[in-house]
Amino acid sequence: MSMDPIETFRLEADDLLDQIEQGLLDLTHRLGDMDLVNAVFRALHTLKGSGAMFGFDALAAFTHHCETAFDRVRKGEVPATAELVSAVLSARDHMRALVEDDVTQAHLEAGEVLLETLRAAIEHAGGGAPEATPAAAAASAERAAEPASAGNGWRLWFRLPANAMSNGTNPMALLAELCELGDASVTADLSHVPPLETLVPSELHLAWHVTVKTDQPKSAIEDVFIFVMDDMELTIEALDGESASVPEEKEEADAMPVAEAAPKSAAAAPLSDVSSGDGRQAKSAENVRVPAERLDELMDRVGELVIAQSRLSQIAATSVELHLRSVSEEIERLSGELRDTMMVLRMVPVSTLFGRFRRLVHDLARETGKAIELVTDGESTEVDKTVIERLADPLVHLVRNSIDHGLELPGDREAAGKPRTGQVKLSARQAGGEVIIKITDDGRGIDREKVRAKAEASGLIEPGQQVSESELLQFIFHPGFSTAQKVTNLSGRGVGMDVVKRTIESLRGTIDMVSKPGEGSEISLRIPLTVAIIDGLLVRVGEGRYVIPLAAVEECIELSLEDDLRSRGRSFISLRDKLVPFLRLRDLFGTGTKPDPHQKIVVISTGSERVGLVVDQIIGDHQTVIKSMSKLHANVATFSGATILGDGTVALILDVAHLVAAGQQQEAQLRAAG
Amino acid sequence: MSASILTVDDSASIRMTIKLALTDAGYSVAEAENGAAGIDTANAGNFDLIITDLNMPVMDGLTMIEELRKLPAHAGVPIIFLTTESDEGMKQRAKAAGATGWLTKPFNPEQLVRIAKKVLGR
Repeated sequence: MSMDPIETFRLEADDLLDQIEQGLLDLTHRLGDMDLVNAVFRALHTLKGSGAMFGFDALAAFTHHCETAFDRVRKGEVPATAELVSAVLSARDHMRALVEDDVTQAHLEAGEVLLETLRAAIEHAGGGAPEATPAAAAASAERAAEPASAGNGWRLWFRLPANAMSNGTNPMALLAELCELGDASVTADLSHVPPLETLVPSELHLAWHVTVKTDQPKSAIEDVFIFVMDDMELTIEALDGESASVPEEKEEADAMPVAEAAPKSAAAAPLSDVSSGDGRQAKSAENVRVPAERLDELMDRVGELVIAQSRLSQIAATSVELHLRSVSEEIERLSGELRDTMMVLRMVPVSTLFGRFRRLVHDLARETGKAIELVTDGESTEVDKTVIERLADPLVHLVRNSIDHGLELPGDREAAGKPRTGQVKLSARQAGGEVIIKITDDGRGIDREKVRAKAEASGLIEPGQQVSESELLQFIFHPGFSTAQKVTNLSGRGVGMDVVKRTIESLRGTIDMVSKPGEGSEISLRIPLTVAIIDGLLVRVGEGRYVIPLAAVEECIELSLEDDLRSRGRSFISLRDKLVPFLRLRDLFGTGTKPDPHQKIVVISTGSERVGLVVDQIIGDHQTVIKSMSKLHANVATFSGATILGDGTVALILDVAHLVAAGQQQEAQLRAAG
Repeated sequence: MSASILTVDDSASIRMTIKLALTDAGYSVAEAENGAAGIDTANAGNFDLIITDLNMPVMDGLTMIEELRKLPAHAGVPIIFLTTESDEGMKQRAKAAGATGWLTKPFNPEQLVRIAKKVLGR
């Protein structure tokens, strides 16, 4: 945990800003919901208060206006209108900038514009202009009444309310404080003490006369009583006989009105409403916040530990020392458990990813004039945080695409006999070691003829060539492939579907698409839950060792010498009556070694496509700590990374998506050649 | 023996600031992140002073103060609440709920320590 309060405040501010955004977005659907109003108010209030604490003055001042606006909504002075919520939503983005950046003149000017919009929104809602300044002026006016100087000291008499001690006020502390102001004498005034039979021991009935010889001003005396001033009786006279005014003297009857004016239940009600309606906050309170980089560091250490452990295992395996072997096994088990625990720590729910789409959809609906409903499902599915981070951009692109190209305008939808409001659905679920994320829309679907025409125009297929449905849809992921007639503001910003596909593949995931004309499209992403450590299959090809991600491995079969010779030139094997193309990694890597007499084929797949990889030997499964390749090798497509083996040598990790594509390509060429 | 102080605030940054300031001044400090946790922590320990925010999830500061005052063990413990300048109404309600005094945000460590000393009577 960082010990820097300002950094901690920034993390908190992020949380608060998210809460504010979520609350505001919910409010757009349920404008009268006071629980939401209270929740937003509370978050704004905390942001302002903490912001001021840590020197974010511009943030505090700006947030104050939004807080005031919501306070008025909360009190029922102003109704929550769509315009007002929208204005605060824009203001919230400005607050984020004020938290993150140094405040510039441009910021302040932008803030003024936003506040102007907010004022207008309040005025339109019937609330008139909000008060211009906080109550700070009132406080300074109080201080102005202070007398300039003092004489020899002060003579005072004071009496505290009877319940003072049960409210934590310690009369001895007050007397001690008075005595610190100067040479003082204290006499108790017993005149208000009731007779013993009616005396309640917990109540305070003493009063005191105090004389203080000091050059401190009268305000210093008053400061001693600052917390009880409103409830107590106090007279202060200057010691030189000159009678000071006694403005603070009050009748006993006046001392208690505060308690009567605010019955306890009413006082507590609005705030407890906020908390009862919000289980999420209760849950987050149990969490510990850790900067993400700490987790990454820890992950690195665990990775190194796993590597060191596999070295130890190797040494132990060849040792006759029984103690060493049992310790080694123990450490192997522990490091495995540690790795699993570490993985869980890095998991974050998909809701952190899905959450941001509500805002995007809200904004896009406004921009496009389309009526859109965003439905999310499986938000509690947990995925490695690195995966979440890297998924964000592709998902934004896919959702934009669905809204821009998929969903029709409300009028068109009605004409097609569909509900006016289009639906975009984001769902996530876990399947084995993978998470499956689907983006579904009920729009017009993909126009196959357009895709076909474009594919022919760009030479991907011959005119009239037969292609399967799924192959046709895969063209969408080719670089520079866009069927959009015009580049709209939403999609077509140069980030094509090919980039989306590459990103998904860099996470060792796959992307698939199904589309029904007139009914909508569904894009499925299958992504491994983690990218830091994977289960791998360690194989040998020639002299080198390579790792194949185990999740992609379907089966391993032997390639007999006869089969090998027979399939020369036509690299297919028949696998349960299906022809599967295979690649000889020895040829691909140009090892120049002789094939092992007992070669194996490892069949790998990406969803629907399969390809076999011919290796010399299967060594076994291997806990693979993934290290990224250097920048020099980053564009070597065949490998997605590297790992360090127990003996300290490096093994490359095969890029399954690329190899499957290469296999399919080879198959296509062979087919074309007849 | 140094006085022990409980700080109740949902903002970790504020808790941290309070803890650093009071620990530097020689007090021992415990933390809780909302009113409900504050009551639990107060019941588990023996605190000479409680410093609480008012605006918190799960259980707000006002409710916590009222609940604590109902318990004989905490009847006379000084409770200082954190407030903002514009919160005059809240100040009245917190005092009615049984708070001893308040500290206005933003505050600096010196102001905090001065208030702690004041209500603890050294």
